Amino acid sequence: MFLALRELIFARGRFSLMGGVIALIAVLMVMLSGLSSGLVNDGVSGLKSMPVTAFAFDQGTKTDNAFSRSVIDDQQLNAWRGTAGVAAAEKMGVGMANATTDSGKQIDLTLFGVEPGSFLEPSRSAGTALGAADGIVVSSTAKAEGIDLGTVVTLDRIGTKLKVVGFTEGQATFGHVDVAYLPLKTWQLIASGQAAPGTPSSAQLSALSFDTASVVAVQAEPGTKLDLAAGDTTAGTSSKSLSAAFNASPGYEAETMTLSMIQVFLYAICALVVGAFFTVWTIQRKHEISVLRAIGASTSYLLRDGLAQAAILLVGFTALGVAAGLGLGAAMPDAMPFALEAAPIAIATALTIGLGLIGAAVAVVRISRIDPLNALGGQR
Amino acid sequence: MTNPTFTSAGARTADAPGPAGLSIRHAVMELGDGDTKVKALDDVSLDVAPGEFLAIVGPSGSGKSSLLAVAGALASPDSGTVSINGQDLSQLSRGKRAAFRLANIGFVFQSGNLIPALTAADQLRLVNRLAGGPKNFDPAVLLESVGMAHRAANRPAQLSGGERQRVGIARALVSGAKLLLVDEPTASLDRARSREVVELLARQSHEHGVATVMVTHDHDVLGYCDRVAEMVDGRLGAPAPVR
Ligand SMILES: Nc1ncnc2c1ncn2[C@@H]1O[C@H](COP(=O)(O)OP(=O)(O)OP(=O)(O)O)[C@@H](O)[C@H]1O
Ligand SMILES: [Mg+2]
Repeated sequence: MFLALRELIFARGRFSLMGGVIALIAVLMVMLSGLSSGLVNDGVSGLKSMPVTAFAFDQGTKTDNAFSRSVIDDQQLNAWRGTAGVAAAEKMGVGMANATTDSGKQIDLTLFGVEPGSFLEPSRSAGTALGAADGIVVSSTAKAEGIDLGTVVTLDRIGTKLKVVGFTEGQATFGHVDVAYLPLKTWQLIASGQAAPGTPSSAQLSALSFDTASVVAVQAEPGTKLDLAAGDTTAGTSSKSLSAAFNASPGYEAETMTLSMIQVFLYAICALVVGAFFTVWTIQRKHEISVLRAIGASTSYLLRDGLAQAAILLVGFTALGVAAGLGLGAAMPDAMPFALEAAPIAIATALTIGLGLIGAAVAVVRISRIDPLNALGGQR
Repeated sequence: MTNPTFTSAGARTADAPGPAGLSIRHAVMELGDGDTKVKALDDVSLDVAPGEFLAIVGPSGSGKSSLLAVAGALASPDSGTVSINGQDLSQLSRGKRAAFRLANIGFVFQSGNLIPALTAADQLRLVNRLAGGPKNFDPAVLLESVGMAHRAANRPAQLSGGERQRVGIARALVSGAKLLLVDEPTASLDRARSREVVELLARQSHEHGVATVMVTHDHDVLGYCDRVAEMVDGRLGAPAPVR
């Protein structure tokens, strides 16, 4: 690295220009990664936090918006309960609702109907567990909407009144809307269209003859790999693993695909720009490299030196860009779906450096084709 | 003058068998192909002993640079043999030849050909590292011997043509090579500078027992050489002593 370091200092103008481009790419990388984590959280954090292995949808349900589209019954639930390797299976109701709080604020909620006390019951950061017919546990992010323990929300049109009894641990949103967990029976009352205005009573619930829900949530026994296809055949469902089910949440696939595409382009741009820079740089050094080869420098020494130079440039300026990106990300407004998570940022950083190095390597390999004979005679 | 670099590197070349110096036998080399085929070297034989300073003159295109390329293990002749300090170059693989050049041959190119990013001292340090030389290598000793110690911290852009050439000579001597190949060292220098540089080359070869082959167009400087040979159309005339 003797030569590499001295050249970095000697041509610092050119290298910092290139470094600036790398740093800006890294900033953009961090922002995109934050945005994509933020969108994922906004879209499916309500699902992500569930201790669920797979969701079983009614057979033939269209993937997009499948959660609110699918309808399953007790027969399908029992088939799943009887499937080998299943520790627990529960019905779950999913629906979207517009509502108004008692202070007159209009909010949107995703209603998750779950059996109180089952494995689907969310862990809470405040308040009491599900149980009361009108009690709901809402996402902690709903606090920003002015919702508090004891707040009563009225569902638009049908006029059913629900009371906030607890908040979830962390964010629980689905399709960019805060989740409200409620007892499955209450959810069925609302879904059946038989709900009356006012607080739902237990008399209403016991009179209800409506036992379907949206999906079967399946939890596998620890350490077993569930045979989803076998369960599907007996239950007449089509099931998706938890992460595959994300695509069944509204708009999820479109959003993540758009962002992934932008990221892929950015990685390609990084590799190409760094490759182009080192191609020009290597061509500029052609004469001095032929002199070094004539003197007797080995090809491997020259290649290592050139790669070390690229690595120093990439690592240094990517680190700078990531630091700047993290600083910028911390200053993002709350309204923007943005989440800085260590793992995706680490992967993005590694990819920026890795692909940049590949670009540089392709350029630096030219060194091995430079003929030491060029050193003789005049400058050609 | 005692110079620690020469003693250490002298030991490195001393274990090579056979006669020291450069020996070329019946070298033939053709360049180009088809209609443009040129006999750059036509049955060239040449011996240069350690401590001898030989000049090669001749018209442009007569094959002088080709001779240096063959003598310096940069190109292989089509037929004939080249041996340096008893080592037959045709026995060496491509990779081995680079290592051989590093330890045994010093090159001085037209206008110095220094690395722009390196100071005069670092030019020498780099070659010492490449050659795996001593860790405590001090470039000042060699720079002093070419009268450049006071510009050790300067980059090539801050040196005059003659100064660059002198740093180039010091660089060629770093690994203690016993064969120095010099291609038109005075092409970009005025008369006084040319004399200084060639005088320096003569002194280095005589004092340290280095066999030196210098290609030149500059007839003024031939007085410093021991013998002169003329090259015409790829044929090398018998080296004649300088009066
Ligand atoms: N790569 C090449 N391909 C074909 N012919 C070549 C090549 N290099 C040199 N030649 C020819 O070989 C002959 C010898 O060239 P060389 O460079 O050795 O001459 P030279 O004596 O050093 O000339 P100058 O004094 O101009 O440097 C010339 O006729 C030249 O045109
Ligand atoms: Mg020439």
